[in-house]
Amino acid sequence: MANHTIATNVYVPFLEKKGFLSWFLTTDHKRIGILYLVSISLFFLIAGIIALLMRFELMTPAADFVSPHTYNVLFTLHGSLMVFFFIVPGLAASFGNFLIPLMIGAPDVAFPKLNLGSYWIYIAGTIIVLFALLQPADTGWTFYTPYSATTDTDVILITFGVFVLGFSSILTGLNFIVTIHKMRAPGMTWHRLPLFIWASYATAILQLLATPVVGITLLLLIAERSLGVGFFDPAKGGDPVLFQNFFWFYSHPAVYIMIIPAMGVISEIIPVFSRKPIFGYKAIAYSSLGIAFISFLVWAHHMFTSGISEVAATIFSFLTFLVAIPTAIKVFNWIATLYKGSIELHSAMLYALGFIFLFTIGGLTGVFLGALAADIHLHDTYFVVAHMHYVMIGGTVMGFFGAIHFWYPKWFGKMFNESVAKLSWFLVFVGFNVTFFPQFFLGIQGMPRRYATYPEEFQSLMALSTYGSWLLGLGVLIMTVNLLKGLFSGEKAPQNPYGSLSLEWQVPSPPPHENFEEIPHVTDWTYGYGKKKEVDA
Amino acid sequence: MSEHSHSEGRHITSYTTYFIVWVVLMILTAVTVYVSYLDFGTFNIVIAMVVASIKATAVALFFMHLKFEDSITWLFALFPLGLLFLLIGMTIVDTFTRILL
Amino acid sequence: MEQANIEESHGHLHPMDPEVEYSSSKLGMWLFLGTEIMLFGGLFAAYAIFRAKYPEMFLEQHQELNREMGAVNTCILIFSSLTMATAVTAVQKGRKMMAGIFILITIICGLGFGVVKYFEYGAKFSHHIYPDTSIFFSLYFMMTGLHMLHVFIGLVVLGVIMVLTFKGKFNEKYSTPVELGGLYWHLVDLIWIYLFPLLYLVG
Repeated sequence: MANHTIATNVYVPFLEKKGFLSWFLTTDHKRIGILYLVSISLFFLIAGIIALLMRFELMTPAADFVSPHTYNVLFTLHGSLMVFFFIVPGLAASFGNFLIPLMIGAPDVAFPKLNLGSYWIYIAGTIIVLFALLQPADTGWTFYTPYSATTDTDVILITFGVFVLGFSSILTGLNFIVTIHKMRAPGMTWHRLPLFIWASYATAILQLLATPVVGITLLLLIAERSLGVGFFDPAKGGDPVLFQNFFWFYSHPAVYIMIIPAMGVISEIIPVFSRKPIFGYKAIAYSSLGIAFISFLVWAHHMFTSGISEVAATIFSFLTFLVAIPTAIKVFNWIATLYKGSIELHSAMLYALGFIFLFTIGGLTGVFLGALAADIHLHDTYFVVAHMHYVMIGGTVMGFFGAIHFWYPKWFGKMFNESVAKLSWFLVFVGFNVTFFPQFFLGIQGMPRRYATYPEEFQSLMALSTYGSWLLGLGVLIMTVNLLKGLFSGEKAPQNPYGSLSLEWQVPSPPPHENFEEIPHVTDWTYGYGKKKEVDA
Repeated sequence: MSEHSHSEGRHITSYTTYFIVWVVLMILTAVTVYVSYLDFGTFNIVIAMVVASIKATAVALFFMHLKFEDSITWLFALFPLGLLFLLIGMTIVDTFTRILL
Repeated sequence: MEQANIEESHGHLHPMDPEVEYSSSKLGMWLFLGTEIMLFGGLFAAYAIFRAKYPEMFLEQHQELNREMGAVNTCILIFSSLTMATAVTAVQKGRKMMAGIFILITIICGLGFGVVKYFEYGAKFSHHIYPDTSIFFSLYFMMTGLHMLHVFIGLVVLGVIMVLTFKGKFNEKYSTPVELGGLYWHLVDLIWIYLFPLLYLVG
């Protein structure tokens, strides 16, 4: 497939060069990917600890661990850090950066310096938000007006930080779109591209075009607070629901920014560990685009109880059901790939299988919420909290952990302890379900979200959820230690430990700085497992 | 359509073409200002937007060279406009189909 | 030294094919313009809603705006778009002096636009009209303000490009930055082409 040889006398792994500047001023997409990976993982862990604190408070019905105001600050921080600093950059900025040029056979992205700029803009955004912690916002990560326009906490700084972060997302999306269009290796036609690339492309479109809308929305909120502009203030003729319309125009596509790359990861892992070509390649490829397109059409399903018109609500509810279709197409195709495959339960595969199961639950419960009548009852309850965590943890985080375990040998040139990895997966999987499955029932029974106190009758399920969070935390901890340990004392990784056919596995582990000694000429589909070499896409 | 010369396969628009487009834009500006002093009721905004769109199209096609760009560029030039119509359209639908007490 | 290592190890191993670099840069700029459309789009959406809700407010309050100054500014910007476009052609024909002068005229027009807006805003403030005076004026100041910010950024970018043009950095073979600067500037003009009738020519 790729016609190059590894000349060991000139091979310098990209990790080799030391020194702060060689990292902080790097334009190598692989290093930038690591910078993002480290940063987002740090925020994930911090925001996760905040969640553990929240769950600890929620073990008892009274606000005995933290005050209700502090609790509001905690969930605002948890949401803002998780959404804006972990999961939106997420798989796209870390694995997208690392993998896209390698998978398409390019030496780097289209605009390497812009890529570096995107990272530092991201860091600038995080620093601004850190300053905002001096008087932290208590509005929830959605910053709804009128509260966000009137509360005395420092909403301006935190929303400005998020605004800055938005630029990073936009520029990364721009870079990836141009890279995928213009820098594919000869012979790498669209229909030979790995599915992770299709997913990254769809995600990049959302990053590019949806993010500016939240940008202007946050600017308007800042103007409301600082200049007295009244777009969202009924006393001045404005409409608070307008904020929600603008906010969700971005934030709904944003949740697909969160999940589509993870789906791309699953599409890469499943064929390798089933030793079978992916079933329904074109369907999966185009379903990524389909999801991205439909995601623009459904935003007001977050607003069914906000006072939008019934006409609008009905239209958005109908459109919401549509998005289940391309998603289901993926799930069916993955299962069809597994069918009669030669399954190896490597830890990465465990995360991928976990994804399919958990994301299905998350996705289906999303459809329940899309039904108007059900949503009237379930909106702003723990049912929504459970749904969102099933898709974000059960979906994206499973994909993220799976991606880390899958590409770890390629990225770091080392192997981690596979048995410990399986154990940590098990703890994460069980812990996650114990934490969040009870929350569906709590929601149906009426437990509202974002409340520090609650009636006695909810306590047993709430406590159970908290115990689950400890198990989940333990699993993440063991996983983290295992992965870090592998970096220092793991075995050296072979070039292609799993026998993948994708281009990134045809270069050494870790790849050399320039990726390919010669740009490969592609003649084959990426998924020809178990078949003769020439597979027609 | 308009005069153009090529340098290494790249299309160069002539000064004449640009000048003609500019004249058209000036005329349309005069038209739109003039019309604004007349009263066509709700049609005023329609006419203004139509004229503005013709001007915008002229700027995009010629000054911005869109006429000679590939289909991917066209796609990414037009798709945001579609999204914009979606945003404006649906928020208007919501705002104006609410039953106010 | 660290910096030299970075240059030697990355910058020149795989220079991008000039045609690929040119078409990538242009696509990249068009994508960026798409994001600007979405950014201003939110304001246009707010405008549409509030105008439909309060047509009399818009009709009445826009009379405070100076239609003539708005028209002058429109002509200034359209002319500046002309000179920017001709600057690109000049560079593509290797005429660096001419190109530099055209860009200079574009910048002067942009500054002129700023001066007119300065007087306009000044007139508003002296009549005690501020962004929080009413929804119409909130829209007026936010939309023209954000637009003005983009004009300033454009002037800085064009300033740099102009200097490089006079220094002869661009020619028939390499005119990319001038073209990209031009695309951005035309967008600034495009947005104003819509702002003008929406704010100044309500009725």
